[in-house]
Amino acid sequence: MISETPRPLRPGEGAVARLSCLALQPILSRVVRRIAKQHSSLFARLGPHQTTDFLIDPVELPFALHLRPDPQALVFRAVPRHAAPQAGAVIRGRFLLLLELVDAEEDGDAAFFSRDLEVSGDTEAVVRLRNALDDMEGSLAEETAGMFGPPGRAILARLRRAYLNTSTGEEDA
Amino acid sequence: MSLAELICPAGTPAALRTAVDAGADAVYCGFQDATNARNFPGLNFTPDELAASVVYAHAKGTKVLLALNTYPPAGKVDLWRQAADTGARLGVDAFIVADMGVADYIARTHPQVRLHLSVQAAASSPEAIRYYCESFGVKRVVLPRILTIPEIRQIRKEIPCEIETFIFGNHGLMVEGRCSLTNYLTGQSTNMDGVCSPASDVEYARHADGSMASQLAGFTIDQFGPDEKAGYPTICKGRYTAPHRPQGYYAFEEPVSLNLSRLLPELIEAGVHAFKIEGRQRSKSYVRGVVRAFRAAVDDIKAGREANIADLVALTEGQKQTQGAFETKKWR
Ligand code: SF4
Repeated sequence: MISETPRPLRPGEGAVARLSCLALQPILSRVVRRIAKQHSSLFARLGPHQTTDFLIDPVELPFALHLRPDPQALVFRAVPRHAAPQAGAVIRGRFLLLLELVDAEEDGDAAFFSRDLEVSGDTEAVVRLRNALDDMEGSLAEETAGMFGPPGRAILARLRRAYLNTSTGEEDA
Repeated sequence: MSLAELICPAGTPAALRTAVDAGADAVYCGFQDATNARNFPGLNFTPDELAASVVYAHAKGTKVLLALNTYPPAGKVDLWRQAADTGARLGVDAFIVADMGVADYIARTHPQVRLHLSVQAAASSPEAIRYYCESFGVKRVVLPRILTIPEIRQIRKEIPCEIETFIFGNHGLMVEGRCSLTNYLTGQSTNMDGVCSPASDVEYARHADGSMASQLAGFTIDQFGPDEKAGYPTICKGRYTAPHRPQGYYAFEEPVSLNLSRLLPELIEAGVHAFKIEGRQRSKSYVRGVVRAFRAAVDDIKAGREANIADLVALTEGQKQTQGAFETKKWR
């Protein structure tokens, strides 16, 4: 089960979340623009759910990610969890697990069976997003890290090490 | 010894390339419509994607099998005929069919392409299998998962075609191609629309105590405790309450997957030509992990070495595995 579930905010936490979101936004915008350009075929697999609002909720981070994969008006932004928009579908799990799922390093169904991944809302939207991302060639994590040169790659390697050290190993296929 | 071909799932072009690169002898896939039994949202191939995928697979010596393994509703055969025509034009190596009408159309129109009889046809007796071979020229039967290895060995002696068996993956409970449970709840037919528990009818509800309910068309199929492993929201693996079982019980079967890795030598010895891995709806990560593990195992056995199959339990539904009827008739 996912242990870190949303809980009431501690004093000052809201401000930290808002600042993290502001700091992250330019990076997220660059990432999503790049994906849209290099992996444009993924939109076809989304079908009618190009205009669905997805909330991707990395449980251990102070914010969530709002994605609307509309090729005409792409939205990918960090939002403080308490101010997240009403989403059509929610995907919740540890940050690195979510990243590994996008990169096909982990299997979404296995993470669901082990209860490390939770989905709620419109299941068809989640299935479409999952299939669209799974058909993407290459590693989104590597590409994103690569955009920031050696420091970016070093941060990714550190995140991965931390994830492997704390993971139970159950999801490791 | 049989050829022991490894037949691997591909739900997307990227998964197909992954399966080919991981050592598949053949991949099976379908179009984005009701002509195949994994008609899931966002999954499967457009004709253009299939064309490119056939080129990729053939360049690496891997065959492509096109699943046309659903049943056309009466009078609505055009979609299946067009899919067969497209597949033949793109150079697929075989069609996997369940319906006699579809088999007959392909046998007459595209006799140069091999016909494999899908597990969805539920042909489990020598008489039934021989009928398909004699009437439509079927070259291979995918056996239903209800037979023991001695039974498979006996059938092999009595039929004129190759045998394929499932060795890993999701495992339905009812007679293949005949289950109407999804139809009963959602109005959509597993066998004609190509989807069991359609995602559009599935909902997961998380409760404050960490437990999770999975629902299909508003009916609760199962409720998992905070630390309990979960399964697919399929009716046959649901947990239900009844007056005499107020705590809830698995009326048909619990979430569990087939894993025959330990029976591979016996299956090869029994004359099974090809081993099928289930999972077109699964990720590239699953395809890579399972195909690599079985590739290594089959190669070891062919070379006379003991197979050391990787632990695949993390990839199984409910994280539990079974050898089903292949080991004993007591299963179910
Ligand atoms: S309910 Fe079970 S047996 Fe019926 S089609 Fe679905 S998986 Fe197969």
